[in-house]
Amino acid sequence: MMVRESSIMRIHYYTGLAAIILVAIHILFRLTVPEGYSASLEYENVIANYKNISYALVLELILITVAVHGFNGLRVILLELRQGDVWESTVKWLCIAGAVGIIAYGTRTIILASMV
Amino acid sequence: MMKSVRIRVFRYNPAHDASARYDEFEVEAERWTTVLDALLYIKAHKDHSIALRYSCRMASCGSCGMVINGIPRLACYTKIYELDSDVITCKPLTNFPIIRDLATDFSAFFAKHKSMKPYIINDAVDRVDGREFLQKPEEVEKYLQFSYCIKCGLCYAACPTVATDKRFPGPQALAQMYRYLIDSRDSATDERLGIVDDRHGVWRCHFAGSCSMVCPKGVDPALGIQLLRAYLLGIGRDNKIVAELYSKEPPK
Repeated sequence: MMVRESSIMRIHYYTGLAAIILVAIHILFRLTVPEGYSASLEYENVIANYKNISYALVLELILITVAVHGFNGLRVILLELRQGDVWESTVKWLCIAGAVGIIAYGTRTIILASMV
Repeated sequence: MMKSVRIRVFRYNPAHDASARYDEFEVEAERWTTVLDALLYIKAHKDHSIALRYSCRMASCGSCGMVINGIPRLACYTKIYELDSDVITCKPLTNFPIIRDLATDFSAFFAKHKSMKPYIINDAVDRVDGREFLQKPEEVEKYLQFSYCIKCGLCYAACPTVATDKRFPGPQALAQMYRYLIDSRDSATDERLGIVDDRHGVWRCHFAGSCSMVCPKGVDPALGIQLLRAYLLGIGRDNKIVAELYSKEPPK
């Protein structure tokens, strides 16, 4: 099935906007920790984030939005770099595989960290 | 007041030359002398072998486009005094294959323009009585500026996306697509959107805006492309209501 470019770009814009908002929330959480920013980056505090379901969900959403947005951006750049049916098909599937791989690996990390 | 300027002309014949070179000519320019005037003077009196394309000499035909001092311009519309330089360098339009010297091949450019179906498509056209479509002035306003395009190719030469993506239709073609899409007499909206909603279509524009900067007719292709994108995203679709044929009775 051929997906229209407008649908892909709509996802690209929405994930870009969502990533900005979610990363802003993530940074704000670092800044509003009572012990201070440095303390928020210590091992115990980082692991504690993953044990909070809501926060783990935010991290998962950041992972998905950044991966989808980033790999689609890479696809667009590579399509401009060179043209040709074989190249374009290869780029498309490599980018899909890359995004799925990153999301799968990141999700695994989030799940493992929540079980520590 | 006369002014002496040095004109540097790009010379290259792909059939014979291994590389390009610049030939230089001294020309006396008046306040009203255009770059085309100077080139035609050189061609008539100094070197008649220079290849360039021109016709109307009044920015109507769009034939004499070339890169003058680094910017795509119409030679007939560019006065030497306005360039404010004693050295004027004329090069062929970028993003176009060179035929010879300043003459470039517009085949791909026109093919892309043609692929946009630059004509009204509407099955309701009255071929029997010749009745016309009713169109309000505000509906004309939506596409009027885009219809001033003379297909000179300056926007295409200035476009950074065309430089890297040969399948990208370019600002001229996309602006013309918007011109016909938003025309209330046209009813082929889905067909038109299908043409540009492609991986090398309207979404590849970087919005550098150089196309609009160089247009000699004041057309804003970058705006047309953004409006086309917005239309694809569902913004402004209410703006277009397909016009109806003029009825036998006079309009109210």
